Amino acid sequence: MNAAPRAPLWPGIVAAALVTAFAVAFMWAENEWEVVGVLAAALVAVLVARRTGWLAPAARAFEMREPAMNCVTIAALLVFVAFFHDDHFPLLMVGTVLVYFTVCLGLTIQFGYAGVLNFAAAAFLGTGCYTAAVLSAHTSLPHLLVLAAGGAVAALVGSILILPVLRTRGHYAAVVTIAFGLLFRTFLEVNDTLGGPQGLKLPSMNLLGMTFNDNFIVAGIEFSFYMHYVLAALALAVLAFAVTRRLERSWIGVSLDAIRLDETAAACFGIHLARWKIVAFTLGNFMAGAARALYALMLGFIAPTNFTFGDSLVMVSIILLGGIGNPWGAALAAALVVVLPEKLQLIQEYRFLLYAAMVILVLLYRPEGLLPRPLRNYLPGWRPR
Amino acid sequence: MSAPVLALSGLTRHFGGLVALDALDMRVERGQIVGLIGPNGSGKTTSFNVLTGIYAASAGRAEFLGRDITNLRAQAVYEAGIARTFQRSRLCLPLSIFDNIMVGNHKRLARGLWFNLFRRAALRAQIEGAFEEARELVRVFDAPLADRMFDAVGALPMIDRRRIEICRALISRPQLLLLDEPSAGMTEEETRELMDDILEIRGRIEGLSIVIIEHEMGVIERITERCVVLNFGRKIAEGTYRQVAAERQVQEAYLGVE
Ligand SMILES: Nc1ncnc2c1ncn2[C@@H]1O[C@H](COP(=O)(O)OP(=O)(O)O)[C@@H](O)[C@H]1O
Ligand SMILES: [Mg+2]
Repeated sequence: MNAAPRAPLWPGIVAAALVTAFAVAFMWAENEWEVVGVLAAALVAVLVARRTGWLAPAARAFEMREPAMNCVTIAALLVFVAFFHDDHFPLLMVGTVLVYFTVCLGLTIQFGYAGVLNFAAAAFLGTGCYTAAVLSAHTSLPHLLVLAAGGAVAALVGSILILPVLRTRGHYAAVVTIAFGLLFRTFLEVNDTLGGPQGLKLPSMNLLGMTFNDNFIVAGIEFSFYMHYVLAALALAVLAFAVTRRLERSWIGVSLDAIRLDETAAACFGIHLARWKIVAFTLGNFMAGAARALYALMLGFIAPTNFTFGDSLVMVSIILLGGIGNPWGAALAAALVVVLPEKLQLIQEYRFLLYAAMVILVLLYRPEGLLPRPLRNYLPGWRPR
Repeated sequence: MSAPVLALSGLTRHFGGLVALDALDMRVERGQIVGLIGPNGSGKTTSFNVLTGIYAASAGRAEFLGRDITNLRAQAVYEAGIARTFQRSRLCLPLSIFDNIMVGNHKRLARGLWFNLFRRAALRAQIEGAFEEARELVRVFDAPLADRMFDAVGALPMIDRRRIEICRALISRPQLLLLDEPSAGMTEEETRELMDDILEIRGRIEGLSIVIIEHEMGVIERITERCVVLNFGRKIAEGTYRQVAAERQVQEAYLGVE
């Protein structure tokens, strides 16, 4: 069946190595000028690679040799964190990006596939975090289950919203979710058992006898305690990525797309609109809630101000920026949105302005996002002739 | 005698004060191709929409293979074995040809979350099988198109989109196919080709019945065994094309409007 020669892997590996080198240089950059310099160099490199046609073989490797390239990507990330193994800040950044990425995979399933608008992401993220905070403070539940519980309660709270979301369409659904998000935050602020405006502290995460908040030494090398969280976040992200990918490349992925694109036609071919919207919404909220709960444990602290309408918007803008429905796009955009303001203090103060500007620019000049979603690739490497 | 594939009695639909479909009686026997004709706005599309559960009937009854399907949900109508196309093409433009045809194949594909996420080997076999089948079907309509199954539908010309829409309706092997102006916007030559394909398909699918809404009278004459003429939501004539074309009321309806 596969008459065509397999796409070579090495362009993908070279690309991954270059991106890693760039990321290390970027992290190392000390002052704003160096940061801007590294960014400019990367931009030029990408443009040149596109002009000269060097980008295409790399893209082909990612597309046709996917299992191998997934491993290469994970390896590249591990190399990156190895560079900064005792340095808190870069690891905190990586952990944050991985969590944002996972949250955005949840939104990708909801909005990117099923077309269910969710402007209340922060409410579900908050639900996951507060659940984790309460459970880890007052019970001895293993922390892996605490994360799962965070996701489950987020999904459960989401089911309050599913009825109005199913009944109303388009803008109304958006307004309903926005209202819910505002309501949630107000509820947190007036609720004294949940810490009110001051929020709650979370203990260190514990897993398999490891206390995540202690630095540790392996083979004589000291690692930042954040390394624990980075690895946990990576595991979660890989899991969420696998589920998202498989969902998209299954008949369910086809049904979700059909629902998003034309509800009437989908119904005329037997697709149960409500059922799949509920599945997508619930699954998405579960992923987002569990991932954000891990983040809460990593930071050790949550407060209502972490779960504002602005935080919901950031998540939505990440998937718009990256390319709706493309997990790799979400990864790239999450990295940009999280790391850029941290490295460029100048931007920090205007970060929401920056996000807005980025989203507007992308919608104007690249409406499909930085990495547009490709057609469904049911079985990577499979091209029947 | 077995029950007719489709039996409508007194099927009616109001939109506010407007009677879009007025007490339609109609029968389709197994294996028949029936034409549904009439001037614009005479209720042809509405009859399809009521039949397929997009609109509720205001009155009357629809039976499919002896079973009451009046006001079933659209999903249940499809499960029962009725598939349709739309007057204004309703394909998923960003998706591939294969994806679009698989939308129509929904009832024959695994739907369980567990199966789809975790039984990858079984899913793979299903994908490969469904692909071969879809490609065969597309090949009947247009051989070159069958080599472009992973092209986005949005990039195709109108005639190919129409073909894909018919393939999407046929892939689930329905007993009854409802075609709403399949040749709209096509040249005479393209229309003839499409009708050849439809006839060929009917020969291949045992017992397939078709109701076709069509403006092109040559097409109706050529491929239908019987036709029903609507005007202002009412049936004004029924019979073979020659019979209805000879009726005064029909000539008036057409001359009056077109
Ligand atoms: N959803 C609707 N709301 C109001 N009026 C409608 C609707 N659908 C169809 N109609 C009206 O019903 C009549 C029949 O329409 P239709 O069935 O589309 O005609 P045809 O397909 O024969 O051209 C028209 O007058 C049309 O305006
Ligand atoms: Mg019509």
